[in-house]
Amino acid sequence: MTRAWTYGTRGALAVVLLVVALVPLLFTTFFTSQVGLTSLWLGIVAVSLTFLSGQGGMVSLAQTALFGVAGMIAAKLSVDAGWNPWAAALVGILTATVVGLVFGALASGSQGIYFLIITLAFAQVTYFYFAAVPTFGAHEGINGVRPPEILGDPVSDPTRMYYFLLAVSVLVYAGLRYVSRTAFGLALAGVRDDPVRMAALGYNVRLHRTLGFTLAAPVAGAAGVLSAWSNTRISAGSISLAIAILVLTAAVIGGLNRLEGAWVGALLYTLCDTYLRGFTDRFTTWLGVVFLVIVLVSPGGVVGVLSWVGGWVRRHLPGSPAPAIPAAAPAPPVPVSSNGAI
Amino acid sequence: MASQTAAARRSVPRLRVPVAPAVAVLIGAAGLLGVLWQAFEKGFGSEGNVPTFILITLNGLTLAGLYFISASGLTLIFGLLRVTNLAHGALFLLGGYLALTLVQDAGVNWWLAALVAMVGAGVVGLVMHQLFLRWNQGQDLRQALITIAVSLILADQMQAWFGATPTAIAPPEFLAQPLPLGVYDLAYPTFRLTMLAAALVVGLVFWLVYKRTRVGMVVRAGVDDTQMTSALGVNVQKVFAIAFFVGSALAGLGGVFAGTSLSLAPGQDQSFLVSALVVVIVGGMGSLGGAALGALLLGLVDQYSSAYLPPEYSNLSALLTFVLLAVILAVRPTGLFGKIR
Repeated sequence: MTRAWTYGTRGALAVVLLVVALVPLLFTTFFTSQVGLTSLWLGIVAVSLTFLSGQGGMVSLAQTALFGVAGMIAAKLSVDAGWNPWAAALVGILTATVVGLVFGALASGSQGIYFLIITLAFAQVTYFYFAAVPTFGAHEGINGVRPPEILGDPVSDPTRMYYFLLAVSVLVYAGLRYVSRTAFGLALAGVRDDPVRMAALGYNVRLHRTLGFTLAAPVAGAAGVLSAWSNTRISAGSISLAIAILVLTAAVIGGLNRLEGAWVGALLYTLCDTYLRGFTDRFTTWLGVVFLVIVLVSPGGVVGVLSWVGGWVRRHLPGSPAPAIPAAAPAPPVPVSSNGAI
Repeated sequence: MASQTAAARRSVPRLRVPVAPAVAVLIGAAGLLGVLWQAFEKGFGSEGNVPTFILITLNGLTLAGLYFISASGLTLIFGLLRVTNLAHGALFLLGGYLALTLVQDAGVNWWLAALVAMVGAGVVGLVMHQLFLRWNQGQDLRQALITIAVSLILADQMQAWFGATPTAIAPPEFLAQPLPLGVYDLAYPTFRLTMLAAALVVGLVFWLVYKRTRVGMVVRAGVDDTQMTSALGVNVQKVFAIAFFVGSALAGLGGVFAGTSLSLAPGQDQSFLVSALVVVIVGGMGSLGGAALGALLLGLVDQYSSAYLPPEYSNLSALLTFVLLAVILAVRPTGLFGKIR
């Protein structure tokens, strides 16, 4: 993560951003609304997990809980109480942040598998809460959520909604990337790698974990609000354990140690979900197989594979442009692809 | 002089009240008092609430038995191999469906079907271990992700093969009649009591094997120090494989019991996995006594809360077990009897 961006990476990023920005112009409304909107909000909730896992070593299943808290509260306030959608969204995201602080404070004492399981418990608590409480529509959920006027209708004219989601995604990406390079982010990475040594150096390990978790909460919360706006509804079913595992799947497929992997995984999942279901009745089986193969073969996910391939091409193409000076230098083990593998 | 006062100070036990555990215990005691009050407020006659209380307690105990059977397999695998087998729920459901098919379609005797289902679930677990988990030893999180992937595949395949309609296995004939309890003219399903007895047997066998036999000694040594045990000439990989087989087979047995006393349906793999995890985590992963205590706590809290919470809150009873888990983990991050490693 500390490696400075090379020109190649910047160029690739610009190309990707350009292609993504052209989606509403080149593709159908169905594609923009179904694939575009879904993969963007799924990417945002997945990136909150990728950040926690990559930077803090905390694989959390509770991100859908925070997603649900923000989405439910925003939907409730705007549909039943008639609030302005922006104000409702703000309150929802703030609540999710507070809940994230509580969850983080409770879970930060645990590590690894225990952390995974205590966050799974949080996810279940939140799910059962929303499924049981009539205020939030119980199993029915809340229907007829309206996004702010200025974003248009997400179903018939998703263009503005799409650009808004894209802007939020870029903002979240830049923000999390910035945070991971600050002193706090580096300390968090230190806590991930060796908590005992960090404690000996005088860092408060538990506090760092808690703050890291709290920091990822508004990201997951924002995804919840955006999902409620995109789908014009939210229900307990959208934060069930299956969805928590789905978010984990998307993050793992994309790659858990690079932030952009979250969106890549979300896009791949959404594409398969939209188009493959027509070909096979056993979609989940194939999803599981892909998940399994990726976990077994490439811990860095699809992004890891891509960056490995990129590094290989750069090293082996004889006529490749010269900027590969750092890559050609043999001293550091694998300079370009080192981010791809754990 | 100074040293004397220091020694004197040391000899006086300092009073330290662990606040969080104390609060947790107080809340638990208050809950228990509330339950007892509701159960006995109308006296002990047959007119009062006592018969209901007995039935609810038996429900809680037998449910705890069911939880213990599958949680013991989970905790065995974790304690020995450090693998968090998140496919445990899928193996559980697989055992149930295998027995269902054998009893319902092939007309096989219930006991034989249960045995075959155990072996079936055990073999699937063993294959998963040998194919995917064995060469990722020591990578906890990666192994957990692998088992999640396997559970996705297994659950979807089971839905394809066995359908989505909930079905129950017919219990063996002589256990199908309710058993008179001898008090208040109550009768209770014999099969559910068998479930409790089976849990006790599983616990006893586990304990005897673990503490009194050579195999148990090797397993304990393997838990404490795998490399040293291996260096002493024990085939640790074989022990691991057997443990995975037994743990998965116990998941299958749990599925057979659950399928007979409750029913089988898609989605139960996840809900049961979560229950088993809660049981194991509450007790402390890898501790059999912890699993027993966890199962007891979970079964009783589950049944009492759904029966005795005020009606307007009774739909929150599912929440309570997870609150229990979160509180216990926040106070003791490795569970009640868990060791820090």
